[in-house]
Amino acid sequence: MKSGARLGLMLLLAPLLLWLILLILIPHVDMFLVSLRERVGVGEYRISLANYLTFFQEPLYLWTFLRTAVMSILATLITLLIAFPVSYFIAKIARGRSRSALFLLCLVPFWVSELVRTFGWMILLRETGIISNLLQWAGLVSGPVEMLYNDAAIMVGLVYTSMLFMVVPLVTTLESLPDEVIEAGYDLGGTNTSVMREIVIPHAAPGIVSGSIVVFMLSLGNYLTPTMLGGKDSLWFTELIYSQFIVRFNWELGAAFGFMLLLLSSLIVWGMLRLTGQTLERTMG
Amino acid sequence: MSFDLECRNLTKRFGGTTAVDDVSFDVPSGSFFSILGPSGCGKTTIMRMIAGFLEPSSGDILIRGKSVLDVSPNKRPVNMVFQHLALFPMMNIAENIGYGLRRQGMAKAQIAVKVDEALDRIGLPGIGTRKIDELSGGQKQRVAIARCMVLEPDVLLLDEPLGALDLKLRERMKVELKALQAAFDTTFVYITHDQSEALVMSDTIAVMNEGRFEQMGSGRDLYYRPASAFVAGFVGDSNRWAGRVERAEGNVMQVRTESGLSMRASAHDRAMGVGDAAQIFVRPEAIRISTAADDLAHFDNHLSGRVTNLLFNGAASRIVVAADAEEIEVNLPQSGEFAALSEGDAVHIGWAGDQGNCFAAGSAP
Repeated sequence: MKSGARLGLMLLLAPLLLWLILLILIPHVDMFLVSLRERVGVGEYRISLANYLTFFQEPLYLWTFLRTAVMSILATLITLLIAFPVSYFIAKIARGRSRSALFLLCLVPFWVSELVRTFGWMILLRETGIISNLLQWAGLVSGPVEMLYNDAAIMVGLVYTSMLFMVVPLVTTLESLPDEVIEAGYDLGGTNTSVMREIVIPHAAPGIVSGSIVVFMLSLGNYLTPTMLGGKDSLWFTELIYSQFIVRFNWELGAAFGFMLLLLSSLIVWGMLRLTGQTLERTMG
Repeated sequence: MSFDLECRNLTKRFGGTTAVDDVSFDVPSGSFFSILGPSGCGKTTIMRMIAGFLEPSSGDILIRGKSVLDVSPNKRPVNMVFQHLALFPMMNIAENIGYGLRRQGMAKAQIAVKVDEALDRIGLPGIGTRKIDELSGGQKQRVAIARCMVLEPDVLLLDEPLGALDLKLRERMKVELKALQAAFDTTFVYITHDQSEALVMSDTIAVMNEGRFEQMGSGRDLYYRPASAFVAGFVGDSNRWAGRVERAEGNVMQVRTESGLSMRASAHDRAMGVGDAAQIFVRPEAIRISTAADDLAHFDNHLSGRVTNLLFNGAASRIVVAADAEEIEVNLPQSGEFAALSEGDAVHIGWAGDQGNCFAAGSAP
């Protein structure tokens, strides 16, 4: 009986363990080993931290990382600012069918691949695109306007891609806030802002944090959007990794970059959690 | 007499349905007023209109003589204890109680003093730093009341706050609520579907049905002199019969029920005449029980039958007597003289005619 239960548990855990070991643990260990190799001659390697040193010694790499991190944080903030009212409306103001319809509307764009969605933005924003033509037709500008290949375009793309991942956790946490708690806030003399600040936002904090972590990580690790909307010179950290692996064929440096991305992004998330007084347990629980 | 709360011709329509239909009432200062009714009768709608979460379709609400229709919920001198209490889970107890005072812009030190006072008042001193989920149901209840009472509202609204408690605690909280009301000396408006809550605590009870007040009065009035068939059926338990008036002498009605039983009942000054369809309500405790028919000879109504069911419930034990194709519930006397009664025993029952409340047939629950 007991051994049977144990076998059952093992079988249940097996897919998870296989997934963790085969797809996460082994590649990462291998990648880490690669990142510790330094090429000293043709086909000759030795173990050293040279690749990591390169990251810190070359200002371009460090600046690119910082720029990526700051842009990602900004994208997270903008996503939060847009998603919060939307989620509040879906969770607390909309009723019945209109609520599910609105939620579906947030979901629908994500049925299309990210590539196609990004092309959609290119059609809108490019020099010969719809917005440019519209502005010319309206006589607001005299010639075609190029709106692609700048930071604003990257930001628009990142926010658009991330929206759902912010809306879902926010709607879930806001739905769990009983209407009567909000009403009690007003009943006891609260104004719109104070009820928001003292009741709604503290209650939604776990949702805000988990949404923000997901959006931040997605933005930081995004390759497609910055490349397509920001152009080749958009200086996104993932592009650096890509070029090391594919263009320069320098797997050692690429692997080191990959590890730095993992390390530094974890550090930023940890710092943000500390700063806002949240814990990962509370967020996930 | 001064009134803390006056509602005048209050009406609320949602689309085509009228939830509250032309209701008027006054609540004297410092009294405990209950609105009692089945769910969906419109009592919560009245409450939400007083609190300001709903706007009346027509009519007026006055608090201490001033109309509050143009006053938003956060400015009204009324506070509400919600059905599920709605304590703020993200704050500790002191912060919960101090919330309203903070909103008024009171100084921190003064808030702390007021919060401590309130905690003393509800008999829970020194728990200010605890979290909400560390409290028991009854303690939460008291904190929810204290959170409102620190603001010294003119009227405190309570929306079935005992509904979520278990039976024992509910019994105790009834007494406690009444004591708190006396201690704070504030007007309480209490809504409930539980008649015993209303009967135990209230100075005045309004029985509500389908958007209207059926009757307003003391618990005793409602229980012994119900003004309508609805009130008679809703407040307390009753045996009820439908029939037709065969003879009317002043208030005394001779009614033949649908199953052929003839009985006397009182119309209690309601206009009724021969041939009217009637409903009769007789309380189980108004019916006497005896083993000898002679003991009951002085009653207007007597029947003989057999015990078909024993419903033992301590002091409120009952039997069901089958007589002439009728099933009648009768309270057993508390003296214990019928404690040995068992199913199938022959008994005689009887009751005085004026214990039977007779109404012209209408809707009843």
